[in-house]
Amino acid sequence: MHLLIYGCILGILLGGVYGLMASGLALVWGIMRVLNIAQAVCVILGSYLAFTAFTVLHVDPMLAVLPISVVMFVFGVGIYYAFLRPIRRDRESLSILVTYAIAIGIEGALGLIYTTSLQHTGTSYATQSFEVGGFQIPTVELYAFLISVAILGLLALMLQRTRLGRALRAATQNPTAARLLGVDIDRVSAVGFGIGISTAAAAGAVYGMIYSFNPNSHYDLIGILLAIVVLGGFGSMRGAIVAALILGVIASVVFIYWPLWANLSFFGVVVVVLLFRPQGLWGVPNWATQ
Amino acid sequence: MSRATKAGAIRAILVFALLLALPFVFTDHWIVNIAFFGLMFAVLAVAWNLIGGYAGYIWLGSIAFFGLGAYALAITFQHVPLTSGYLPFFALIPIGIAIGIVSIPLALLLLRVRAATFAVVSLAVLFVAEIFAFNLDGLTGGPQGLGMALPPFVVTTFERPFYLAMLVLLAAVMFCSWYLAKSKFGLMLFAIKGDEDRARGLGVRTTTVKVIAFALCCGFTGMAGGLWAYYITWIYPQFAMDPNTMFAIILMTYLGGKGTLWGPVLGAFLLAPAKEYFAYTLGGSAFYLIAYAALFLLVMFFLPRGVVPTVADFLARHRRRAAVLASGPRPAGEQVA
Repeated sequence: MHLLIYGCILGILLGGVYGLMASGLALVWGIMRVLNIAQAVCVILGSYLAFTAFTVLHVDPMLAVLPISVVMFVFGVGIYYAFLRPIRRDRESLSILVTYAIAIGIEGALGLIYTTSLQHTGTSYATQSFEVGGFQIPTVELYAFLISVAILGLLALMLQRTRLGRALRAATQNPTAARLLGVDIDRVSAVGFGIGISTAAAAGAVYGMIYSFNPNSHYDLIGILLAIVVLGGFGSMRGAIVAALILGVIASVVFIYWPLWANLSFFGVVVVVLLFRPQGLWGVPNWATQ
Repeated sequence: MSRATKAGAIRAILVFALLLALPFVFTDHWIVNIAFFGLMFAVLAVAWNLIGGYAGYIWLGSIAFFGLGAYALAITFQHVPLTSGYLPFFALIPIGIAIGIVSIPLALLLLRVRAATFAVVSLAVLFVAEIFAFNLDGLTGGPQGLGMALPPFVVTTFERPFYLAMLVLLAAVMFCSWYLAKSKFGLMLFAIKGDEDRARGLGVRTTTVKVIAFALCCGFTGMAGGLWAYYITWIYPQFAMDPNTMFAIILMTYLGGKGTLWGPVLGAFLLAPAKEYFAYTLGGSAFYLIAYAALFLLVMFFLPRGVVPTVADFLARHRRRAAVLASGPRPAGEQVA
């Protein structure tokens, strides 16, 4: 029982970080119907940037999150204009292949710069933990969770309160109507994609403190992120966050009892979703089946 | 026999005659080896085209069945003595049929969703298969891989039996693809690609049609996987179920022309040698991935419809212009389309 509760706690902490990664994926899908396979490699890119900031400039990854987000926002906008905007026909299918090509391109570039050996952002507090009610909570996972929640909170505030946020939500709900009302869909898409990439990289900066990573790690990660989006419902950020917490808890508990099969639990949940609710928790039925 | 199918038959006989002659004309090991991989990717791409091209479903789990076929053959011949070098070739037939049948319940589950959701859950199939291949180490050998008995063929023409077996497999899958495309079944698949709801409304049994195409794709892919395992004699999970191979198959289909009969074959023969060449010169390293990504993006942006439809369009336009010029000024109101 003690172990089970401990697994749940760790799962929620980790789920928060996954939620940040997956919410960008859901946001991008909602705005422009692009399934960004490169989301996971951008997480790893963020991990490497934080790793470099830490080892070369001696900047704490927690502080590096802000500049990394800004840099990766610009990177994301660039990718949108270079590779996604030109796709006119058959966008849903082609975007999967194009973003996959971008993903392996970035993977190759990372391998060139950093080699393929495993890295880890080893901060002074990386191995510390503290005790709450008999549970050893790793400090770094708590920090990662808090940072993820803070960024998600800022994102929610931006979506609800600002003009840009309103434009993003309008584009998600009905692109044609939004355009008629004067929303520049093209610019909104570029900004949305930039936000999606920058949240991935921000999550990556803290992810690199929890796990070891190499350029190849994005394959495991994209499987997890896609499972989260399927459970949450495509295009729903709220769904992605709730699904990330649920899957984080399930995977952590499975990890405690059967460590080899933890990753399988993500896909097991996908099967259950397909059987009983193909559109996911918050999905609109049409999106899943069209 | 109409003119179109006669031209098609001649084309098919010509291509297969050339492919049959190849290992007897060029006996260098590296040439037959590359040609073997060309044929293998052609089988995989034509099989993928049944569901990915004809029905328009981006099926990203195909390579899981390649790995399944590879493991099925390797595990079978750990228990069955290799009395003849040709025995595994015949064992491929029951393995292919079994894999096709096994894939049916999976198809029924996966085909509940469409479009991007289908792509995502089919990618999950690939990841699940990889986890099983790594973790069921009692059966698959896990990360240490699984070996097969060495094929007892003469060293000088070692690749030839594999090449010919793969050629037979290509002929079989091409016949299947051609027969489906010209039959009512193929029309149903095209209708699903066009507008699935309308096809359903018009009485097409969409689920049945999709499941059959899916099972055929999985069965042929599994047979190619088994032959590949026998050829390379030692299989590892990360090579038997490599996501890069999966996307290479799709890239080949797109390059040649998805939904066409010869497009996937053409794409495979253009890209498979390039893939082997780059893997050899660039060492399967970071440069290889970058070159691969660049090629992928070039095809996606400059030839999204593929070589075969682009060339066919060009020829048709040319022929039409010639016909219009020959028939003189056309009567008012007549369309050239």
